[in-house]
Amino acid sequence: MTTAILTAIGAAAAIAALTGSPVAPDAPTLVDLQIVEIYVFLLAAFTGFQIITKVPPLLHTPLMAATNAISAISLVASIVIAGAERPLYINFMGAVAVAAATVNVVGGFVITDRMLRMFKRTEAPK
Amino acid sequence: MNDQIGALFVQVAYIGASAAFILGLRGLTKPGTARRGMQLAAFGMLLAIIGTLLNHEIITYEFIIIGLVVGTAIGLPMGLLVPMTAMPQRVAISHMFGALAVTLVGIAEFLHYRDIPGGPGAVKMVALGFETLFGALTITGSFMAFGKLQGILPGRPITFFGQKFVNAAIFFGAVALYVTLVVTQSGGATDAAADLGVPMFFAMTALALIIGITLVLPIGGADMPVVVSLLNSYAGLAASATGFAIGNNILIVAGALDGASGFILSILMSRAMNRSFANVLFGAFGGEKVAVAGKSAEGLTTRSVTPEEAAMRLGYARNVIIVPGYGMAVAQAQHAVRELAELIEHRGGRVRFAIHPVAGRMPGHMNVLLAEANVPYDHLFDLDEINGEFAACDVALVLGANDVTNPAAKSDPGSPIYGMPILNVADAEQVIVVKRGMATGFAGIENELFYLDKTSMLFGDAKSVLGQVVSEVKGL
Repeated sequence: MTTAILTAIGAAAAIAALTGSPVAPDAPTLVDLQIVEIYVFLLAAFTGFQIITKVPPLLHTPLMAATNAISAISLVASIVIAGAERPLYINFMGAVAVAAATVNVVGGFVITDRMLRMFKRTEAPK
Repeated sequence: MNDQIGALFVQVAYIGASAAFILGLRGLTKPGTARRGMQLAAFGMLLAIIGTLLNHEIITYEFIIIGLVVGTAIGLPMGLLVPMTAMPQRVAISHMFGALAVTLVGIAEFLHYRDIPGGPGAVKMVALGFETLFGALTITGSFMAFGKLQGILPGRPITFFGQKFVNAAIFFGAVALYVTLVVTQSGGATDAAADLGVPMFFAMTALALIIGITLVLPIGGADMPVVVSLLNSYAGLAASATGFAIGNNILIVAGALDGASGFILSILMSRAMNRSFANVLFGAFGGEKVAVAGKSAEGLTTRSVTPEEAAMRLGYARNVIIVPGYGMAVAQAQHAVRELAELIEHRGGRVRFAIHPVAGRMPGHMNVLLAEANVPYDHLFDLDEINGEFAACDVALVLGANDVTNPAAKSDPGSPIYGMPILNVADAEQVIVVKRGMATGFAGIENELFYLDKTSMLFGDAKSVLGQVVSEVKGL
C-alpha cells in the first residue's frame, strides 16, 4: 500500500519534472495547466486504492469487468473527435473509437450485472 | 452566455459521473451492495455521455451515431451471450477495445495539434505519447492474451533465441522516439525537426504494437491472471493520460480508478505466485522456470480409485473441502460439483470450497464459475481463511488444480515454485484428486501430493467422472 502511494507520487513528480522543462515562449506553464490535473489523478488513484483493496477476492472478476466498463469513459473523448470540426478522416477515426468504447460501455456493464446477479447467499432454511 | 451554461452543465455531469463511479466501486466491496453500485456507475456513465453530446465543439452527429450503433450492436450480444467459462477471454478482448479507442484518440489529437500553430507543446506531448504508447501495446498485448485464452494461440510460452535482446531493443527504440517527440514537438510544425514528427509518432505507435506482442507471447497460460490484470492497469493508465492530453478530468478519474484496480490485482496475483512485482513488470515470467525440472517421479507410485469408491468416501464424509482449479473450468464441471456438494450436505456433511488466488485464468475466475452453478458465496473461502481447516477435514477433493496444491512449495527449497503460498491439501485426512492423466501442471514439475499414501487419484474428465460419483452417492 505504502509502496503503491510512493510509486504514484514518484510518477507524478517525474511527470512534473518533465512537463516543467522550459517550452516555447507562449506555451502554458506547468502551473497553469497540469498541476490541477495531477492533483485530480493522485486523489483519484488514492481513493481507488483505498476502495479496491477492500474488494473481496470473491468479486475480483466482476471488479475487472466493472473497471473496464468505467475506463471506457474514453468514449467521451472519442465522441468529441467524431463530431468536432476536424478533417473527415479524423472524424472517421473518432467513429471507430466511439464504436470500440461503446462495446466496452454496453458489454461491460451488462456482463458485470449478469455476473453479480449470480452471486447468492445460502437460502435460509425453511 | 449559452455556451457558458452548456459548459457548466457538462462539468456538473462529469463531477456527478465521477462520484457515481467511486460510489459504484465502493458497492463492490460487499456482495450484497455490488449490483446496486454498478447500476449507479452505469447511470454515471450515461450522465457523462449525455453531457458530452451537448458539447459546443460538436457540429456533426452522423459519425457519433454510427459509432454508437455499431458499438452497441457488438457490445450488447457480447455482454448478454458470452458464457461464464469464456469470461477470461472476454475480459482480455475488452481491454483491447478500450485501448483501441484510447490509441485512436491519441493519434487523432496528435494530428489535430500538428495543424495548430505552436504544435502540441511538450506538456501535451508527454501525455499524448504516453497514452499512445500504452494504448498501442495494450491493443496487441490483450489480443495475444485473448488468443491464448481462446486457444487460437498455443498456451505454452513461445520463445526464440535472443528474445530478451530483441525485446529490449524494440522497447528502448520506442522510448527514444517518445523522448525525441517530447523534445522536438514544442516548437510547432514549422521547424525542421518537427517535420519528422508525424513519421516518428507512427513509428513509435508501430513499435508499441510490436512490444505488446513480444510481451505476451513468452508467457504461459497459467500466468494469465497476472497478464490480464496488468493489461487492465495499462488500459486504465492510457485512459488517464488521455485526460491529461485533452484536459478532461473525468477521464483522469476513471482511468486512475481502472489503473489502480489493475495494479492492485497484479500485485495480489504475483504475490500469490511468489513473484516479485518487478519480475511481473518486466514480463520475465514463465521464461526460466519451465526449464527447471523438479524432483522426478521415478520409483513413486500412485493409487487410483473408481468413482464408486470415491462416492463411498465422499458420501460418508462429515467435512469436505473442494479445491477447484483450471481443470474444472475446462471440463465445465461446476454444475456437477454443485450437485455433488448438495448431495453431501443433504446427507449431513459439511462442504466448503477453497479458492486459491491464481486458480484459473483470471482473478476471481473460480468464484464466478461456482456462482454460475448456484453455489452460495458463503461456501467459498480464500486461501488464508481456509488453510487452517484442512487438518480437520475428512476428504479434500482436488478438482483440476495442481501447482497450487504442491507441498514442494513449502518443503523443497530446490523446487521452482518454492515459497509460493499453497492450499494445505496434504493436511487433510484423505485426498481425492480428479485429473485427466499424470501430466504435470503449468510449472512443469511433479506434484508430491499425488504420491502420498493418503491420496487417491480419480482419473478422467472432471465432468463425466463427477457425474458418475453423483449417481453413485445417490444410490448409497
